[in-house]
Amino acid sequence: MSLTLTETESALATGAKGEGAAMAMRIVAESARLLGASRLIPIASAHIDGALYHGDSGTLFAEKLVEGGAQVAVRSTLNVGALDLTGCAQIRLAEPQRGMARRMMDAYRSMGCETSWTCAPYQAGHRPAFGTDVAWGESNAVVFCNSALGARTNRYGDFLDIACAISGRTPYSGLHQPENRKPVLGVDCSQLGRSFLREEIAWPVLGSLYGRLAGDAVGILTGIGFDPGEDNLKAFGAAAASSGAVGLYHIEGVTPEARNGIAGDADISETIRLTPAMIGDAQNRLSTAERPERIDAVAIGSPHLSLAEFEQLERRLAGRRLAVPLYACTGRHVLHVLDRDGRRKVLEDAGVTVVADTCVVVTPIMREVKGGVLMTNSGKFAHYAPGNTGYDVLFASLADCVESAVTGRPVTAAHRHAG
Amino acid sequence: MPVEQCEILVAGMPGGGPALVLSAPISFWGGIDPATARVIDPRHPQHGADIAGKVVFLPGTIGSSSASAVLMELVRGDKSPAAIVLHEPDAILLIGLVAAAEMGWVVPPALRLDRAKHAQFTGSRIAVDAEGYIRTVA
Repeated sequence: MSLTLTETESALATGAKGEGAAMAMRIVAESARLLGASRLIPIASAHIDGALYHGDSGTLFAEKLVEGGAQVAVRSTLNVGALDLTGCAQIRLAEPQRGMARRMMDAYRSMGCETSWTCAPYQAGHRPAFGTDVAWGESNAVVFCNSALGARTNRYGDFLDIACAISGRTPYSGLHQPENRKPVLGVDCSQLGRSFLREEIAWPVLGSLYGRLAGDAVGILTGIGFDPGEDNLKAFGAAAASSGAVGLYHIEGVTPEARNGIAGDADISETIRLTPAMIGDAQNRLSTAERPERIDAVAIGSPHLSLAEFEQLERRLAGRRLAVPLYACTGRHVLHVLDRDGRRKVLEDAGVTVVADTCVVVTPIMREVKGGVLMTNSGKFAHYAPGNTGYDVLFASLADCVESAVTGRPVTAAHRHAG
Repeated sequence: MPVEQCEILVAGMPGGGPALVLSAPISFWGGIDPATARVIDPRHPQHGADIAGKVVFLPGTIGSSSASAVLMELVRGDKSPAAIVLHEPDAILLIGLVAAAEMGWVVPPALRLDRAKHAQFTGSRIAVDAEGYIRTVA
């Protein structure tokens, strides 16, 4: 199957709208060839993961697009950068990297992207309509967009996301095609404890297990029986997209494409029945620290905290002061409410560091501690913190994270998973 | 001496190097340090391995959509693998090579080979030619 471009697309690729747009169109066309797509389709919006600094190459790439006069053709929100431009948190990125990270963020802004700087754009007012085709990057945003909103996107990598945004096109392949959105894997949760599933800690654990089982396959969870709510779906998807290559999942009776059951259940070739023991094992695997006697920091907010999650944090803190730093990562969409209501100051006075525009695993914020232990309730932080920060991880519920931050010693409720 | 013809996913500079056969899928972002090319994910079986200059066999890729950014940074820093051999095309990772080529940088080839055929190259030195043939040379 070979790729056919329309006249407009071909003209774009050869420079009809400048060299920046041409470069973007060529990258989209090359990715279409890689994916085996025969044509491109228009997109309604984009979410751009590419503005996070990993080295100078990404900055030079973005600046080359800018020099070529590139502008985004559709609504494009930005994922986190490497700097906190709001000044909430101190970033320990040194020059010249700091300057290059700033130049990168500036380049994406000058191409017309919105300065949302969040990995939870879907809670910051960017919610594509059911069934629309979009091009989203950031693995957790992709899985939320597909699964919880029912919009259609593949897992777009850095550089392809901005290329799609500039050209306004994406390859017609993968999860853009309705036939590829049907579940082929069943995951039966009916043996899991009902009270366990009602707890917030269930969802990142379940997500991490699900991602390892599903890989890149589309699966459906059955036997849940209630809507766990948006923040739990967010935690589930982020963990699943860290341990696997998950782009879309369904939950029977909950997510929009499975709300009334799935047409074409016949496609399900395998069903896995989850057991409490599997959940216990998955929960243990999220921690890399073995029976630590102290913790050095707590981090929450991957994906970025919603306002509702800040309310839970405030309720758990209950006016107490922290013994170790607690980093609460969020976006401007939440920060402005915290600031407006004077809540950030109260949190900071208690010892919380609010981090906006970025987070503690993508850029150096936490101090370097040899053999440091980070406690978190995020499945995604649990996956990436050891490699990216050097901290070992102790995974626990929000309640345990807050109690531990207050006492300075790890407090965990054992065997919750037995439900 | 094993030899396989692979589908060329992204054309690049022929060459070769020691084989590094990964035994588990990896997320390049959070799994590989873009500055040193080392496997930094402590849960990965090849934790600590250096992928620079190697012919890297990937049974699968998982995780972050920034894999492409890590790969492009490896290319620009002369720390990239000599070739990447994948079980199936991964548009996230390989866009790193596509974007690097647009920047005018020299990229390694990316080839497709069934993962069942990866293990035979373990411990060998491999030559990769412009037609997608990979062969053991030592």
